[in-house]
Amino acid sequence: MLDKELRSMIGKVKDGRMDRRAFIQRLAAVGLAAPLANQILALGGVAMAEGASTYKPTKRGGGGALKLLWWQGPTLLNPHFATGTKDQDGSRLFYEPLACWDPDGNMKLVLAAEIPSIQNGLLAADGRSVTWKLKPGVKWHDGKPFTADDVVFNWEYAKDPATSALTIATHRDITVEKVDDLTVRILFNKPTPFWADAFVGAPNTIIPKHLFADYRGSKSREAPTNLSPVGTGPYKFVEFKPGDLVRGQLNPDYHMPNRPYFDTVEMKGGGDAVSAARAVIQTGEYDFGWNIQVEDDVLLRLEKGGKGKTVYAVGGDTEFIALNFTDPNTEVDGERSSMKTKHPLFSDPAVRKALSLLVDRESVKKAIYGRAGRTTANFLNGPEKFVSKNTSWEFSVEKASKILDDAGWKPGADGIREKDGKKLKLVYQTSINGPRQKTQAIVKQACQKAGIDVELKSVVASVFFSSDVANPDTYAHFYADLEMFQIPLSQPDPSQHMRRYMSANVATKENKWQGTNFPRWVNKEYDATIEAAEGEMDPVKRAALYIKANDLMYQDMVFIPVQHRLKVEAAANNLRPIISGWANETDNLFDWYREE
Amino acid sequence: MSQYVLRRLLIAIPSLLGISVVLFVVLALAPGDPFAELATNPNVPPEVQAALRAKFGLDDPIYLRYLHWLNAMLHGDWGFSFVSRMNVDTLILQRLPATLYVIGSAQILALLIAIPVGVYAATKPYSLFDQIANTLAFIGFSLPTFFTGLLFILIFSVTLDWLPFVYSTDIKATGIRWVLEMIRQAIMPVAVLGLFQAASMTRFVRSAMLDVIRLDYVTTARAKGLGQAKVIVKHVMRNAMIPVVTLIALQMPAVFGGAIVTEQIFRIPGIGSLLISSILSNDTPVVMAVTFVFACLVVLFNLIADVLYGWLDPRISLR
Repeated sequence: MLDKELRSMIGKVKDGRMDRRAFIQRLAAVGLAAPLANQILALGGVAMAEGASTYKPTKRGGGGALKLLWWQGPTLLNPHFATGTKDQDGSRLFYEPLACWDPDGNMKLVLAAEIPSIQNGLLAADGRSVTWKLKPGVKWHDGKPFTADDVVFNWEYAKDPATSALTIATHRDITVEKVDDLTVRILFNKPTPFWADAFVGAPNTIIPKHLFADYRGSKSREAPTNLSPVGTGPYKFVEFKPGDLVRGQLNPDYHMPNRPYFDTVEMKGGGDAVSAARAVIQTGEYDFGWNIQVEDDVLLRLEKGGKGKTVYAVGGDTEFIALNFTDPNTEVDGERSSMKTKHPLFSDPAVRKALSLLVDRESVKKAIYGRAGRTTANFLNGPEKFVSKNTSWEFSVEKASKILDDAGWKPGADGIREKDGKKLKLVYQTSINGPRQKTQAIVKQACQKAGIDVELKSVVASVFFSSDVANPDTYAHFYADLEMFQIPLSQPDPSQHMRRYMSANVATKENKWQGTNFPRWVNKEYDATIEAAEGEMDPVKRAALYIKANDLMYQDMVFIPVQHRLKVEAAANNLRPIISGWANETDNLFDWYREE
Repeated sequence: MSQYVLRRLLIAIPSLLGISVVLFVVLALAPGDPFAELATNPNVPPEVQAALRAKFGLDDPIYLRYLHWLNAMLHGDWGFSFVSRMNVDTLILQRLPATLYVIGSAQILALLIAIPVGVYAATKPYSLFDQIANTLAFIGFSLPTFFTGLLFILIFSVTLDWLPFVYSTDIKATGIRWVLEMIRQAIMPVAVLGLFQAASMTRFVRSAMLDVIRLDYVTTARAKGLGQAKVIVKHVMRNAMIPVVTLIALQMPAVFGGAIVTEQIFRIPGIGSLLISSILSNDTPVVMAVTFVFACLVVLFNLIADVLYGWLDPRISLR
């Protein structure tokens, strides 16, 4: 899309000659989805639309009990210490952010009064600051008023390394200042196109200053309110048993009209995904089941004549196979997969290309993920505006064989291809998880047909995903040729996600394998693209840069995307849950209700 | 007697120390990392992970960590959970009631079935009753609890819709309704565990009874003209119960330790499910505390069993 045309369209929307919807549709026609269209309007001087609400109840309460089943229950209730989404989900019942994300990736106001935009002057045109106006009259559950001091305190609390807050990365490079009692300004040290990170979404909810002020820094773990939250949310805290139960009751002073609908909320933990699906869909003992990672045919069977159904939300989670660019079998200075080596087989682009032709994504979808998966050629699958349209994928053993033939990899006596004495033998590792082992089998079968010998390896998840320096089986050590897993995209923006694979971030012995670039892929053009994207304020150009970054990965075949995975939840037939692929399940809980 | 108990308690100290060293070393050497989940979270920089490891002392050498743990344990501090960021003892005490209620009831159910059935079967060996009891016992202990648990759920929850299969710790009712609900939701797990225990215990009671019932003094008692009931209860059972008491005493720690599989299936928030979730999340302080408490209970109940022998059979002298 031409810049000029875009600007004239923005002008039309501003003057009212074109309505918002038409604008968004025009952009959608050229492959840019609603969230981006909205952001373009925001930067072009038209305020960002607030996510529409589908909430119907006309009075507060009266909805009875809401019973949620989280098969991994929250183990703590301080959002700054949340080690996983389960803890954020539990905290979010009581604590609130300034704004959250709706299913389309639009911003929805919670504690803020207005969405910052260049037009209303709250967003600096150079991307160096954003000002948030807070909703007046919001009270903490103990009756104290919620003010700008609380927001500033959260920043001070989280950025202090002694607190060891897990939200430190969000807070340490920004400065938060109080403008007046109901206004805060966030200053960034560089132009920040994605300004909606701090204080937005379930991971960044706000805790009360008056209860945590004495427990900053090294005393953070002694705070009694770590386990009994006092927030601003739709539900007041009643009871917490780590790993088992979180209970809340309606907050009669909640700041949103007619909300919440339910009188009490209960989040039960424990068990496994299959029986959680059964308790919601088949017996109806619970209203909502979280993260139902169950094979699709099992779900289809449960849904027949059941009391509930599955609910899907599209986000940007990609299950991928990563290729190792270093040699896992040669040890240099006590380190395998060292940056001083090159992978003996993958240094030939033909081998990488052939491998990508051997991953039958359609079969993986049919046999394993079903409704919860989509086939894709891209590593970056969302938000929609960042998804490349320049890529394609194919499954063809014949083409793969031909590419390998042409590159000089000839089948040996045992049927395994070889060249210059190097045999095409690969180790393919992943974590132990039903769908992953099945995917491994599908890929191995196709590789065998093409004359590639694949040895499968499965590692217990607690080891595979650990940061244990001494354990060679972690995904970060990557002492294998291929490995498969997914890294969740936790906000509707790819910046954190794509930064991981810059050359400076390679995982090595020197940085104790804490570098995030585990394929150890080095590409100067990629580095330059990401750097440019991080300083680019024009959303269209920025999206183009991330699309380019994705395409560079595609060209080098750093990752073979296996499946674009959707969130799967189970809900009672009459429950109207609002689930966003860009947010935690409980992020929009204030808008949930039950159809009578 | 008291001298005997004291001596046994003193002997228990080195063995408990030995157990704690083994447990600690195994846990420290086991792979895994309590902060593993952070590794794939792009929001958490690696430095924070490193800082957390340092804060919880995970980077110290093993012997130092052990000494810290031992010192804290002696002061009554059971440790601090990495995952929940709360004291381990609070966490364990929170889980204890559910475990005591469910596993305790299951043990009682097992005893209520095993003793009458075992005794009656032994008085009429190879009769029809004995054959049926034996067959059922074999079926009982060859079916694992995860199988019978799922079977019960499918029959009583899914098909018949009589009983809930998610155990809830906060029943919204008071008085008699609360009691009824508590019983209703415990029926399935108690039955699953109780029947499994009862099966093996029945076999045990039966063979213990058979060993005694053939002895001369029983024949003498019968010859004196005592009734069958009196002979069985007063003469045979009292002696036959000695090995049974050992078995029960050794199973008592399990009442506190919970039942990992059954608790997981029915979502009972007991010690067993705490242990398994802590193991899965590498929450070593909790795993250490639970296993160590378990070890202490085993040692303690062994002692209690020995003391009970002396009471049941005055011929056994404790010195």
